[in-house]
Amino acid sequence: MLNELSIAELTHLLGRREVSARQAVQSCLEQLERVEPQVHAFLSWDAADALAQADAADAQLAAGVAHASRPLLGVPIAVKDIIAVKGHPLTCGSRILHNFISPYDATVIERLRQAGAVLFGRLNLDEFAMGSTTENSSYGPTRNPWDLTRVPGGSSGGSAAAVAAHECVAALGSDTGGSIRQPAAFCGCVGLKPTYGRVSRYGLVAFASSLDQIGPITKTVYDAAVLLGVMAGHDPRDSTSLPAPVPNYVANLRPDIRGLKLGLAKEYMLGGLHPDVQAAVQAAVRQFEQLGAEVHEVSLPHTEYAVATYYIVATAEASANLARFDGVRYGLRVPGADPIQMYGNTRGAGFGPEVKRRIILGTYVLSKGYYDAYYLRAQKVRTLIRQDFLKAFETVDAVLTPTMPTPAFKLGEKLGDPLQMYLSDLYTLACNLAGICGLSVPCGFATVEPPEPGQPPVRLPIGLQLLGRPLGEETLLRLAYAYEQSTDWHKAKPPLVTAARPATAAAAPAKA
Amino acid sequence: MAAAEMDVKYVAHLARLHLTPEEEQLFGAQLGQVLEYMAQLNRLDVSQVEPTAHAVPLANITRPDTVQPSLPLEEALRNAPAQADGLFLVPKIVE
Repeated sequence: MLNELSIAELTHLLGRREVSARQAVQSCLEQLERVEPQVHAFLSWDAADALAQADAADAQLAAGVAHASRPLLGVPIAVKDIIAVKGHPLTCGSRILHNFISPYDATVIERLRQAGAVLFGRLNLDEFAMGSTTENSSYGPTRNPWDLTRVPGGSSGGSAAAVAAHECVAALGSDTGGSIRQPAAFCGCVGLKPTYGRVSRYGLVAFASSLDQIGPITKTVYDAAVLLGVMAGHDPRDSTSLPAPVPNYVANLRPDIRGLKLGLAKEYMLGGLHPDVQAAVQAAVRQFEQLGAEVHEVSLPHTEYAVATYYIVATAEASANLARFDGVRYGLRVPGADPIQMYGNTRGAGFGPEVKRRIILGTYVLSKGYYDAYYLRAQKVRTLIRQDFLKAFETVDAVLTPTMPTPAFKLGEKLGDPLQMYLSDLYTLACNLAGICGLSVPCGFATVEPPEPGQPPVRLPIGLQLLGRPLGEETLLRLAYAYEQSTDWHKAKPPLVTAARPATAAAAPAKA
Repeated sequence: MAAAEMDVKYVAHLARLHLTPEEEQLFGAQLGQVLEYMAQLNRLDVSQVEPTAHAVPLANITRPDTVQPSLPLEEALRNAPAQADGLFLVPKIVE
């Protein structure tokens, strides 16, 4: 089944002309038809456009264009509906942009096109990337392919679910407080948040401008390295993008990690971890030691303040970034007697409850009389959090934590209590505040009760998080690759996928 | 330290957000809880700490002041809720 292949496997077959890009895209579209009614990872997709791109890729392959020069030629990649693709919807999971068609391509989209990717589909997300479960989408939630009664995580829940359900070969997400890493952990994928400024934000609808990054959600670490290599680099259209050169992430992937030092963050291993998560992370630590890495304990003393800091800084920035949605130039307009009324009516009707909560909170912490007590103070604590990491990186090459303290929760479980929802992000938020890079890689499964009695127990993926120095993606990818290659976690597939395979599927090339 | 009682109606007005009375009440309660949680930041001594506005070593990034192509007019108007003569139409602002 071509849709179940990784980027590495598919490009190998495409390069040898054993399969066509059209067949690969067709395979993804057929999977979409089979599982989307249950998963709802996609908000929309244009099959004809995807196949046209596939045909163009096939023409290039026939003309002898090789993956050495266009590394993603013919590979179907789906896109979170917050990254601009010209001529396609850009809803951000919100009613306020229900009819918006993007007039331009994001820089990452331009780069992926140049690399030959077939870009298709608009993936579901929490509205304006605000949320941890994709339940805040105004278009209905996405379900976790491993257990359809559970969340896929968020805000890039559609991206992770689509990859886990093999509806695409890879996907793009965005991460402001964990929105790539957390759904990757919940869905058994690899998710990478680059160092702030490593990947251009031009064409990413802004939630929190000092925290947002675009990144890959993939089936393997190698695939993440390929995508990062294509997307990373300075962009004159994003004044926060770093001028640093882009290393060859793929060439630097080798399974030898002897001598690298890992720091197990003690504040992340305290109580509250699901026992299976604790066991999986401890087993991973032993695995890293077997592979020759040294594991030390490190302390990140301001960890407990990350949630409060994040929800002040991020909401403040969001309140500014979302001020542009006023019914004037694009999107929903609800009429009013004057423009001010129009803004209030439009935003009241167009934004969902979580977005409204965050805009209100962000406005409050920036307002006169409260700015110093909240926003300025949070910015100072942000400095302390960043310093914790920079200090740790003086003695270790990467910090190791669980990505989430528990596996995926049930749909509806945390909806009634926003503060509980915010607290669940504790492990991923600090990375964005510090501006460093972070990656989640599958490290095992938790076993939980099935949705119905009499069914077999359910396996839910567990993610291991690696946090690296600013511009330390090479080290993270190398560590994750070595670990991944010494385990079989990345080969596991959700029962939904194995059950959905047609009985008469054409003989698929055996996985390498 | 500010009280954890937010005047939701006033803040929503600042944000140009029309809320229903139910939303005002619900959000007031929920955000009240969040603000109480935020108070823990007061435990830290930040008197000698510089604020971090953003975590990159970049400042004052500029480009030469030369005219560059921008979004064509028809693209910019493509999503307009109301337009005429190449302009966005809005309700009257001043009498």
